[in-house]
Amino acid sequence: MKVTLTVNGKQVSRDVEPRTLLVHFIREDLSLTGTNVGCDTSSCGACTILMGGESVKSCTVLAVQADGAEITTIEGMASADGTMNAVQRAFQENHGLQCGYCTPGMVMASYSLIKENSNLDEAAVREGLEGNLCRCTGYHNIVKAVLAAASEMGA
Amino acid sequence: MYPASFEYLRALSVAEAISMVSNNEDAKFIAGGHSLIPLMKLRLATPSTLVDIGRIGSLSYVKDEGSQIAIGALTRHRDIEISDVLRSKAPMLAHVAGMVGDPSVRHRGTIGGSIAHGDGASDLPAAVLALDAVLVVEGPSGRREIKATDFFKGFLETALGADEVLVEIRVPSDIKAWSYQKFNRRAQDWAIVGVAAVRNGTTRVSLVNMGATPLRATGTEAALASGASLDDAALRADEGIDPPADLNASVEYRRHLAHVLTKRALSELG
Amino acid sequence: MTTVQDAVPGVIGTRVLRREDPELLTGEGRFTDDLKIPAALWLGVVRSPFGRAKILSIDTSAAKAAPGVVAVYTATDLQSEWAGPIPSAWQVTPDMKSPAHYPLASGSANYVGDPVAVVVANSPKEAADAVGMVDVEYEQLPAVVDLEDALSDRVVIHSELGTNVSYVWELNPNPDGIKTAFDNAAYVVKERYIQQRLIPAAMEPRSVAVVPSPMGGDYTVYSATQIPHILKVMLGLTVGISESKIRVIAPAVGGGFGSKLDVYPEELLCLALARKHRLPVRWTEERSENSQATIQGRGQVQWIELAADANGKLTGVRADIIADMGGYQQLITAGVPLLGAFLYHGVYDTPAYAFKCTGVYTNKTPTDAYRGAGRPEATYAIERAMDALAVKVGVDTVEIRRRNFIPTESFPYNSPAGLVFDSGDYAANFTQGLNFAGYDALRKKQAEMRASGSKKHLGIGISFFVEMCGLAPSRVLASLNYSAGGWESATVRILPTCKVQVVTGTAPHGQGHETSWAMIAADKLGISPDDVEVLHSDTAISPFGLDTYGSRSLSVGGTAVYIATERVLDKARKIAAHLLEASEEDLDYAGGNFSVKGSPEKVLPLAAVAFESFTAHNLPDGMEPNLEASTSWDPPNFTFPYGTHIAVVEVDEDTGKVDLVRYVAVDDCGNRINPLIVEGQVHGGLAQGIGQALFEEAVYDETGNLLTATLADYLVPSAAELPSFELDHTVTPSPTNPLGVKGIGEAGAIASPPAVMNAIVDALSHFGKINIDMPASPEKVWKAIQATKA
Ligand SMILES: Cc1cc2nc3c(=O)[nH]c(=O)nc-3n(C[C@H](O)[C@H](O)[C@H](O)COP(=O)(O)OP(=O)(O)OC[C@H]3O[C@@H](n4cnc5c(N)ncnc54)[C@H](O)[C@@H]3O)c2cc1C
Ligand code: FES
Ligand code: FES
Repeated sequence: MKVTLTVNGKQVSRDVEPRTLLVHFIREDLSLTGTNVGCDTSSCGACTILMGGESVKSCTVLAVQADGAEITTIEGMASADGTMNAVQRAFQENHGLQCGYCTPGMVMASYSLIKENSNLDEAAVREGLEGNLCRCTGYHNIVKAVLAAASEMGA
Repeated sequence: MYPASFEYLRALSVAEAISMVSNNEDAKFIAGGHSLIPLMKLRLATPSTLVDIGRIGSLSYVKDEGSQIAIGALTRHRDIEISDVLRSKAPMLAHVAGMVGDPSVRHRGTIGGSIAHGDGASDLPAAVLALDAVLVVEGPSGRREIKATDFFKGFLETALGADEVLVEIRVPSDIKAWSYQKFNRRAQDWAIVGVAAVRNGTTRVSLVNMGATPLRATGTEAALASGASLDDAALRADEGIDPPADLNASVEYRRHLAHVLTKRALSELG
Repeated sequence: MTTVQDAVPGVIGTRVLRREDPELLTGEGRFTDDLKIPAALWLGVVRSPFGRAKILSIDTSAAKAAPGVVAVYTATDLQSEWAGPIPSAWQVTPDMKSPAHYPLASGSANYVGDPVAVVVANSPKEAADAVGMVDVEYEQLPAVVDLEDALSDRVVIHSELGTNVSYVWELNPNPDGIKTAFDNAAYVVKERYIQQRLIPAAMEPRSVAVVPSPMGGDYTVYSATQIPHILKVMLGLTVGISESKIRVIAPAVGGGFGSKLDVYPEELLCLALARKHRLPVRWTEERSENSQATIQGRGQVQWIELAADANGKLTGVRADIIADMGGYQQLITAGVPLLGAFLYHGVYDTPAYAFKCTGVYTNKTPTDAYRGAGRPEATYAIERAMDALAVKVGVDTVEIRRRNFIPTESFPYNSPAGLVFDSGDYAANFTQGLNFAGYDALRKKQAEMRASGSKKHLGIGISFFVEMCGLAPSRVLASLNYSAGGWESATVRILPTCKVQVVTGTAPHGQGHETSWAMIAADKLGISPDDVEVLHSDTAISPFGLDTYGSRSLSVGGTAVYIATERVLDKARKIAAHLLEASEEDLDYAGGNFSVKGSPEKVLPLAAVAFESFTAHNLPDGMEPNLEASTSWDPPNFTFPYGTHIAVVEVDEDTGKVDLVRYVAVDDCGNRINPLIVEGQVHGGLAQGIGQALFEEAVYDETGNLLTATLADYLVPSAAELPSFELDHTVTPSPTNPLGVKGIGEAGAIASPPAVMNAIVDALSHFGKINIDMPASPEKVWKAIQATKA
């Protein structure tokens, strides 16, 4: 079946098997390997992308369900000249990543969280990231990074 | 993790959806897919055909109809969570929707999918049970209404016919006394036990993950009706109920949690 | 070439942002599964669904006929591919018993997930479909799951061994002393603790891709591994390919925590099948495979006994543990408990010490190193037992520790287990930790809450840990029968334009070595870290190395970088002296410039020396061109980081739920190269240790079925379950290495489980003696409270 999506601002069309998960479509058909797979049960959030501007676990969406959608992956977060966006910068400045495997998903989930909530505090950030697992950072610096990015983006 | 192969059809109206599944026993509707796709990835579900109802835009709404609020079955958890109408007129539903899974799950999952799936461990089915909601379904022979009390039949089994679409959920408005207690170990997880309590004249209490379906705590309800103390009423929450045991809770502990959480819920009703 | 270099202030000890980050933050980082490899075949692994079963027959015909399937193999088909079994590098005793272990099981399967056949297909989807079509007929056999049951030999798993006991390893340097201590003790504490099995759960599942070179018979092995160098040696020996024909590259690696410190069946299979098919062969693990078929950690039953005099001063410590090997030996399975064997007395001075470990087989996933490996187990036992001793003696947990600390003046301390603790000031660190946490105020608050009749109970838990890390002096490893050394290599090159290359044998997977190693070299050379490139994790670029585990990288690998930098600078100094017509002794070096003492106008920048060494136009007689130096540094001793950890919990009496409200850690890891990275390591270790204390357990049923194979059932904590951590530090440089560093990678995971568990016991101490093992799930806590009421 043919699907057409806008991914990181570019329109793409591909023929896919209906059983293709959006995450596999992104990684394999579009070669955008920044989006990762970390689990079988929709638990880890490594595959988080933005669909219509909202965070979504791309391992739990069929590519055919996303037909026509506007998708942003981690590769689409920096500006055209390569400058990282506020969330990405905050992650580096606060050492919010170690191995970097959860990071693309964390950045996308954080971005969505910040966009949806104007008054984030530590507790809200922690609750808001409940669906994204990181095994390296203990979340301490991720939470700091999200709060820093939130205040920058809100300003 | 790849689902087994299937045929994919997209319905743009309820009537079309119904006709697409007729004569196809192995066909399934897919709404948000957040119950179905996880099962398909583990190959615990292998439908031959998926009929995607997710694009029937006319089924995503929250309408204030005076004494009732009508919610389209395809309304996503997130939209329920932030609906101004629900927050002011049926705040319990908004609150419970906000406790489902995590934000990304709530961006995709729908209230209709959650109720049609009928998982005894899910939050919204127990909430609509306590709220005494009415579920509107549409099938080949038209629409019918099913009371939530009559809807949940068994493990992932409901009163919905295979060719019926759940189209609307109707809940009473202006319920001021309500409580929802969800107990789990990690925020993202399903409830180990949950309790929904609503006082609307009488008090209705329903339980999450105490059985194959969401269950009414009939012992507690009867006790309250006969004027028992909250403590005594709470201790009857698991009366006639045979809770499951799993990694997170034995039968004995589940019963205990049902008591504790029911007590908390009843206290919160004031 | 003569512009004088601006002085760069020292970078060591500053919070330099990680250079690794931008790539990883923009999706440009390449993990193994991200690699595009044309024409690759995909492996699918058929695994035993039973803990213990006889394999009666395997019918591969349906799978072979499935679309996209190239081949299906069983153990018999691949027998001739192996030059040896899956390697086990640690024969801890001469008579240690190990079953034969090959990449595919034949005859019997011994844990759920044990590979029994492989499918080779054109795509991962087709491989996954075909795996389900391989029809294996099993006869399920009774399984051994419980450790004490294993010890009884009621069922012997590997009949050829005649027993489930793999080895008994004992350390008893002073048997008379131990006997006297316990005979004459005023107080004896005897405790039994369980170290539950843990799933390391690195977020990146394992992945491997082997690409045969079109000519020359070479293979490039991409693997999500912590040990590219060790893997290369082992692959060569096991698959029978000359080591020099194998190049191992660890691309970006998404966490390891010990789970990628191994040589796995899938790595061997991909290499052997790439050889057989003359095509690239690759495989990526699914999460449930990661739970079942990647090593697990811990798995011990521990008995610890303390003898103390009337003042509560320790006179003897004796530990006796049973350690779970799982179904087979993996790379260092047997040795993991030994990494803790010397530390069951913790930071406390005791004249007598004895330790015994019995390693047993069970029908579960093999265990191996998991963050801390042996040391969390030891720390847990002694730190919980010290709290129990405090209760017996009738003093506060603070006081019992103060009475027993190894005195500051006795460093270097000859431990009763035979180690030499390098340096420390435990009492000072402890005081700082207690003050930082506001210990007295916490106790006051606890008393108030108790007096108020609240059903929330505040608990304060202390754990003071010491670990031995910086693995390891090679001779010490020899004395423990480990079959490799513990050195690390480094090469430092100053290129013609004064850009610097550091080549290291460490293999980072989240620890930020590129940033820290550049800081070490830059600091020594007085140049900017931006001018230093760090190369690693590719055996063609860094042929010698012993990789990353055991908090060794900085103290051993970082030191190697330091020494190689020093050597290259020595050579530069000789050239500079020649060019400046001065003697070496008369040269100063600072900020990237050589200058002649007393003649400040005679200055030569390093860049000029670098270029001169390249043109070689005017070098001292007999001097070779180019600025390059290599070293392989073998540490003279372990390093011994330590610290005070304090957990504050609130326990809900009604539900048993534990809320971790504060966590304070005051670590001493010696000098800190990059505090930002040090803190990050502590945070991550804490989350894993707290996970062990409160959430995580690999649960098996009595047939050996793993019930927690997904991340929905295996409870890795999220941000919502953890507090922000409160960190402070003290600095006692290690005299073992010139950087004065100790290691920090495992500290958090070592110290935190007993801190949290002690806090829970403390919270409920007014109910009576609380018996509870990890993880302290709400149900377990609730039951422990009920037990005191019975
Ligand atoms: C990681 C994760 C965590 C979760 N945590 C929770 C939680 O804590 N609590 C909780 O309650 N839920 C939880 N869920 C489930 C979530 O709420 C689902 O979104 C919801 O249960 C199903 O909604 P859906 O629209 O995604 O349904 P789908 O998956 O599309 O459908 C589910 C079933 O209902 C049928 N169906 C769907 N819509 C209709 C309709 N209108 N008419 C007839 N049949 C229909 C489908 O055929 C299918 O059988 C979680 C899910 C995930 C992935
Ligand atoms: S891969 Fe999608 S949630 Fe884990
Ligand atoms: S940085 Fe490694 S999993 Fe988050």
